[in-house]
Amino acid sequence: MYDTLLFFHVLAAFLLVAAVVMFSAYTLGAPTTRSGFTLASRLEDIGGVGVLVLGIWLALYVDGYSLGDGWIIAAIVLWLAAGASGNFYRQAMEPAMTAGGAVAQRAATLNWVRAALTVLLLADMIWKPGA
Amino acid sequence: MSALAIIRPDDWDLPLFIHVLGAFVTVGALILAATYLVPAWREGSVASLRLGYRTLLWAALPAFIVMRVGAQMIYDKWNFDEDPGWINLGYMTSDLGALLLLIATVVTGVGVRRATVPAEAGGTGEARGARVAAVLVGVLLVLYLVSIWAMTTKPD
Repeated sequence: MYDTLLFFHVLAAFLLVAAVVMFSAYTLGAPTTRSGFTLASRLEDIGGVGVLVLGIWLALYVDGYSLGDGWIIAAIVLWLAAGASGNFYRQAMEPAMTAGGAVAQRAATLNWVRAALTVLLLADMIWKPGA
Repeated sequence: MSALAIIRPDDWDLPLFIHVLGAFVTVGALILAATYLVPAWREGSVASLRLGYRTLLWAALPAFIVMRVGAQMIYDKWNFDEDPGWINLGYMTSDLGALLLLIATVVTGVGVRRATVPAEAGGTGEARGARVAAVLVGVLLVLYLVSIWAMTTKPD
C-alpha cells in the first residue's frame, strides 16, 4: 500500500512539474498554442490535486509521519502558494492566448514565482526539515 | 514500508534533490517536445519540428545529464554488496534512454537542417524525422514511467 501511494504521489509530482516546465517554456518565448496550454493546465490540475491528496494520505498512513510535522505543514503551505500563483498566471496569460503577442510581465513574474515555490516544495520533500 | 526515506543520511539529500529535479525536468521537457513533434508529424510543420528539436537539445538533454549526474552521486554514497534490481533497472532505462534521446535529437536536428536548406542545395522543405522523433519521445516517456515505478517501489 505504501509503495502504491508513493508511486502515484511521485507520478502526480512529475505531472505537476511537467506543467511548470511547459509554462516556463512559454514564458521564455516558446510559441504558446491553445492545445499545449490546455494540456499544461490539465497536467497542473491533475498533478496538483494528486500530490496533495496522496501526500496527505501518505502522511496519515506512515507511522513515522504526522500531519502536524513542520515539513508537511510547510509542504501544504507551499502547495497552496504555488497553486495560487499558477491560477493567477493562467488568468494573466489569457490576453496572450486570445490575441497572441508577447507574454505580459505580470504573467512571467507569476510563472517564476510558481516555479520557485515548486522547487522549494521538492526541497521540502527531500530534506524534510525538522523531521 | 520502505525505510530508506526515513533513515536516509543527511548528506544524501543534495544528490537526491539534484537527481529528482533533473528527472522531473527531463520528463517535462519530453512532454513539451511531444506537443511540438506530434503536430510536426501530422501537419508537416517545419516550425514545429524546429521547436521540438530545440526542446530536446536545450531542455531534455541537459536535464537528463543533471538527472544522471545526481544518480551517480547518490549511488556512490551507497555501498551495495550487490546492486538491487531497481538500481539495475535504473541503469538500463537511463542508458537506453540516453541513446534514444540522442537519436531523437539528431534526427530532428538533421530534419530541420534538410528542411531549411534551399531546394537547389538539396533542401526538402518537409518536416522529415518528426515521426521517428515523436515515437522515440513516446517510448522514452514509457521508459521513464517504468523508472519512476522502480525508484519509488524499489523492487528487489
